[in-house]
Amino acid sequence: MQDFWAALAQAFALILGAEAELVEIIGLSLRVSLSAVAIACVIGLPLGAVLAVGRFPGRLALSVLVNALMGLPPVVVGLTVYLVLSASGPLGVLQLLYTPAAMIIAQTILVTPIIAALTRQVIEDLSGEYDEMLRAMGVSRAGMIATLLWDARYSLLTAALAGTGRALAEVGAVLIVGGNINHVTRTMTTAIALETSKGELAMALALGIILVTLSVIVSACVMGLRASAARMAYA
Amino acid sequence: MRDVAEPPRPGLWPVTLRAVAFRAGGQTLIDGLDLELAPGALTCVMGPNGAGKSLLVRLIAGLIAPTEGTITYGSAGAPAKNRIAVVFQRPVLLRRSAAANLDHALKTYGMPRAARPGRIAALLSEAGLTAQAGQAARLLSGGEQQRLALVRALAAEPDLLLLDEPAANLDPQATAMLEALIRRASSEGVKVVLVTHDRDQARRMAEEVILLHRGRIAERAPAQAFFENPKSPEARAYLAGRLLL
Amino acid sequence: MIRYLTVLTFAFLGAVPALAESFIVVQSTTSTQNSGLYDAILPQFTAASGIEVRVVAVGTGQAIKNARNCDGDVLLVHAKAAEEKFVAEGHGVSRADVMYNDFVIVGPEGDRAGIAGTSDAKAALTKIAVAQAPFASRGDDSGTHKKEMALWTAAGVDPTAHSGAWYRETGSGMGATLNVATAMGAYALTDRATWIAFANKGGQRIAVEGDAALFNQYGVIAVNPVRCPNVKAEAGQAFIDWLLGEAGQSAIAAYRRDGQQLFFPNAR
Repeated sequence: MQDFWAALAQAFALILGAEAELVEIIGLSLRVSLSAVAIACVIGLPLGAVLAVGRFPGRLALSVLVNALMGLPPVVVGLTVYLVLSASGPLGVLQLLYTPAAMIIAQTILVTPIIAALTRQVIEDLSGEYDEMLRAMGVSRAGMIATLLWDARYSLLTAALAGTGRALAEVGAVLIVGGNINHVTRTMTTAIALETSKGELAMALALGIILVTLSVIVSACVMGLRASAARMAYA
Repeated sequence: MRDVAEPPRPGLWPVTLRAVAFRAGGQTLIDGLDLELAPGALTCVMGPNGAGKSLLVRLIAGLIAPTEGTITYGSAGAPAKNRIAVVFQRPVLLRRSAAANLDHALKTYGMPRAARPGRIAALLSEAGLTAQAGQAARLLSGGEQQRLALVRALAAEPDLLLLDEPAANLDPQATAMLEALIRRASSEGVKVVLVTHDRDQARRMAEEVILLHRGRIAERAPAQAFFENPKSPEARAYLAGRLLL
Repeated sequence: MIRYLTVLTFAFLGAVPALAESFIVVQSTTSTQNSGLYDAILPQFTAASGIEVRVVAVGTGQAIKNARNCDGDVLLVHAKAAEEKFVAEGHGVSRADVMYNDFVIVGPEGDRAGIAGTSDAKAALTKIAVAQAPFASRGDDSGTHKKEMALWTAAGVDPTAHSGAWYRETGSGMGATLNVATAMGAYALTDRATWIAFANKGGQRIAVEGDAALFNQYGVIAVNPVRCPNVKAEAGQAFIDWLLGEAGQSAIAAYRRDGQQLFFPNAR
């Protein structure tokens, strides 16, 4: 408990001090995780929508697979991406290992199934309501997917939020492919792991408190946006 | 509503149902039905609950396929795009503003972006919704929502307009406004098939009546003949309020 | 929305490759990083050479594996036998001693095994085994773990037979293992540098030190550019030369925590 209060005090001191190093770490965390979520949205939203309304063989199997991949262990993803990006791996020539780009790739792999699976669910529900009307209007299947994605946009924010939470919180993948290099690939979570291994538990906890605060701010913004959309009957 | 100079579009007509049956869950819901629809009179489809009225609308619109029999549109097996429009009992409006709902429809019907604002304004004005253009469609009143759904359907400039109990949930005033819009479309040359279980509405609107009973056509007659001198026992029972499924 | 997301994506990605023009990757150990040594000496090298040094701090075993995969320009670890094998197999150019310190056995206040204040590591481990006193092991094939296993072998004890009982393999880094030892009141083998810098000592203190068998030598190896064409051989060699030269050696000697010197340069 003593550690906890020390951590709380330290967290405030860190935030008030706004040390350049802390700002850098938070900035990198956000940059990596939000980039990964953005790419995962570009892939996962259409993928989820196609799984919801598409008609092709293997659709059910693919849905099951995507659902299962939601629980991918970050360390496994990290290891796989490491092996692929390693200088002796197939994409070694790109020299991406131990860079933020490698971390974005790993987190994109982690987050995409979450976004796709949640999108599938949301779009399936909305499609139940829209399907007949859109078909009566003669909307093409691509048009249907676009319409459903747009009209579900505020519900889909929640999917993106879930993905952001996963990305910001995971440490296993970014630690392996980023290497936790100071000033280059050190994020909130890898810094927490490092401080813990240095026995600086209060410092680690303080960083944790800041991370949780960040998550709260991000989700509060999204929920606020959703609530105002709901008032407009858009969500 | 349509520009007279426009060349006639290739044949939707006649819409012909031959021995059409639809079965689901071990039940026969439409049972060997023959029907031919041609431009002209406003047709009301009536019948007790479960007679198959809504199914008939969906079959004609091509939204479901018959279990048996054939439906042809002129010489084609499927209706050409945008020739048939449907308005359902509960309007399904997009989670957007009234104007954006129409924009989406016009885009679907292939109208270029630049031409849309003018057309949207005209449609909104026709529906009496000019002041509500920017409002969320789902926050409009029931009558306003249904009028919006109706002009959205008309925006396709269809030859055949199928209405599935569009006024079922509306109060008399909203119903009157909707009926005025329907009458206007009919007078401008759109073939209207109006499903209703409301005999008063049918008396007001119908030029021709089709009575459905147990998935078959029990009687088809001009409105006046149907209401004043029904031929079939089903029609007599129905008008006396005694026909149940 | 998709258009917007795409734009956003490229905006982010565009910001990513803000990488230094000239840098090397050093595969190294947690002990050197956690002790704060790199934070102290690397800026001096960068100032002198213009080369940024990026340290990936993992266990010695994993550092060697990563270097074997060509994912690093320089290897700086502490497991002489494994290092010499790495060079012999052609993965490294050559090996040189950089610095040393020593390992210590830390233990709880209660000292169930009764080893506090002794200096014979072999005897101390035997006593721990006999007392079945809890012992936290790295269990991760790191340099420290290799040293620990060598000491057990010398003591004629196979602790892994008791794994899960009094012998606990954490499979984690030095700091994480020390956290476990503190929480459990267990003995543990650690390098002195990590111990001095470690902030969560709790009731733990040094029990055994000063045995010649606890000597801890760090070596540096340039990854072989013939095997790994991507290796920045020149910059890597510049770092090694600096480290083994007067500037690097005196920087190592000058690094202190709580007034104590953590590493002793011994390049020849």
